Amino acid sequence: MILGKSGRNKLLGLISLFVFCSALASSAAPKSDGGSEGHGAVTSESEINEYILHHIKDAHDFHLFSYNDAEGHRKHIGFPLPVIVYSSKGLRTFMSSEFHHDDSGHHVVESDGVSLVKYHEKIYELNEGAHAVEFDEAHHPTNAHTVLDLSITKSVFGFLLVSILMLIAFGRLAKQYKKQAVPTGFGRVLEPLILYVRDEIARPNIGEKHYRRFTGFLMTVFFFIWTSNLLGLTPLGFNITGQLAVTFTLALFTYIITQFSGTKDYWKHIFWMPGVPVPMKIILAPIELLGTLTKPFSLMIRLFANISAGHIVVMSLISIAIIMKSTLGAAGATLLSLALSFFLTLIELLVAFLQAYIFTMLSALFIGMAVEEHDHH
Amino acid sequence: MEQLLNDFSPGLFIMQSVLMLAVIFLMVKFAWKPIISALDEREEGIKNALEAAEKAKQEMESISSSNEKLFNQAREDRDAMLKEAREMKAKMIAEAAANAEAEAAKIIASAKEAIEVEKKEALAEIKAEVAQLSISVAEKLLKEELSDAKKDASFVNGLLGEVNLK
Repeated sequence: MILGKSGRNKLLGLISLFVFCSALASSAAPKSDGGSEGHGAVTSESEINEYILHHIKDAHDFHLFSYNDAEGHRKHIGFPLPVIVYSSKGLRTFMSSEFHHDDSGHHVVESDGVSLVKYHEKIYELNEGAHAVEFDEAHHPTNAHTVLDLSITKSVFGFLLVSILMLIAFGRLAKQYKKQAVPTGFGRVLEPLILYVRDEIARPNIGEKHYRRFTGFLMTVFFFIWTSNLLGLTPLGFNITGQLAVTFTLALFTYIITQFSGTKDYWKHIFWMPGVPVPMKIILAPIELLGTLTKPFSLMIRLFANISAGHIVVMSLISIAIIMKSTLGAAGATLLSLALSFFLTLIELLVAFLQAYIFTMLSALFIGMAVEEHDHH
Repeated sequence: MEQLLNDFSPGLFIMQSVLMLAVIFLMVKFAWKPIISALDEREEGIKNALEAAEKAKQEMESISSSNEKLFNQAREDRDAMLKEAREMKAKMIAEAAANAEAEAAKIIASAKEAIEVEKKEALAEIKAEVAQLSISVAEKLLKEELSDAKKDASFVNGLLGEVNLK
């Protein structure tokens, strides 16, 4: 990868933050051991599983870490994010701190005649007359229904953060070009990346004639995915590209752009494949039509699964410090977890770039197939 | 699969789509368009500069080759002129020599003629003188002979001394 001096520093910073995070995770364990029942600190295997699954989900508040204070009360460090829901009685907005860190559906927020609860990071509206949420055997609320949740969740917040970072970095680079032909500082790192996306992804896959129209989309997607992936490796706990809704949106954009830029040839190849006998044409049409859907679907699943899996494995390796403590001792378990998670994070750094590259490259390829002109037929 | 569908948040999808559109728009307007056009401009500039350099190089080459040609031409011309001059010189010298010879021969011939004429004149004069002298000698001799035989020789000698070969 092309990383300048600032890139190396960033990497070192990332690793040190990561070490800090691991140390935090391991130091949480002894406290809960001494406490009466842990007060929410993650100690057992099932708790760890739940914690990891909870982490890879979107969240309504920005939670950094928690600890037990001298009185044994659980303290959460982080900040609330705005909740915006479209309920049966209209739009309701309040800060996520109203839920008091409750995610089990017990804390009811009354907002202008609407009773709202948060259960597994989903916001439910209690039915008329109900005062507490009730669950069936499969843990589905029985007397509440979901609302359209337009909150600034952690992922939306992360997306905004990434967008602002991108706008600042690339906006400054764009300004630099007005004064000089060769950028200085951080722009020197960004320029080869831009050239890389243009010359290695857009141009060869789409073709010299059409690639210019799509570079804006491809570059935005590439840098958004890459930055989001990298942000997900920091202990801030973002998991933007590990959200199915996010990867679905990205894949949908690729799908729409592909279909709307399709040439006559492209559609002809889908519905009436040239060069094969008529019965084959009829068989191929639905397969080809399905193919247009499976392509973006694979894009969506690939990115989502890779990033989610990365997060799950890194967190599992960090939790070795807690699980193996009884067999290896606190120092041994921490060291093992540190070593393993360190190497996995290095791999994740590569995956962060690779997934951004694959998504952009395949998007470019699909667009290229749609705009291609078949002169030889 | 059910878990996946359950985790899928329509709200996040809507937010993401709206924000994504906005970000693509903003990035294209404020970042990608100016950056790409600046890069294109720069690449175009580099290409043009390279082409200009190549052209200048070719021009230089053609200039130096034409210089070479001119130089060679000049040398040939010079050689030809030198050769011509040399030939002309030789010819002139030869002509002059021939002329001079002819002139000299003419002069010599006329001189010879003049000498011949002078000689003839001189000879004729001498002849006439001698004849005159002989006549006067004979006259005197005859006169003396008649008067004094003894005195003949001194008389003749005296006469001879009197008669200078003019």
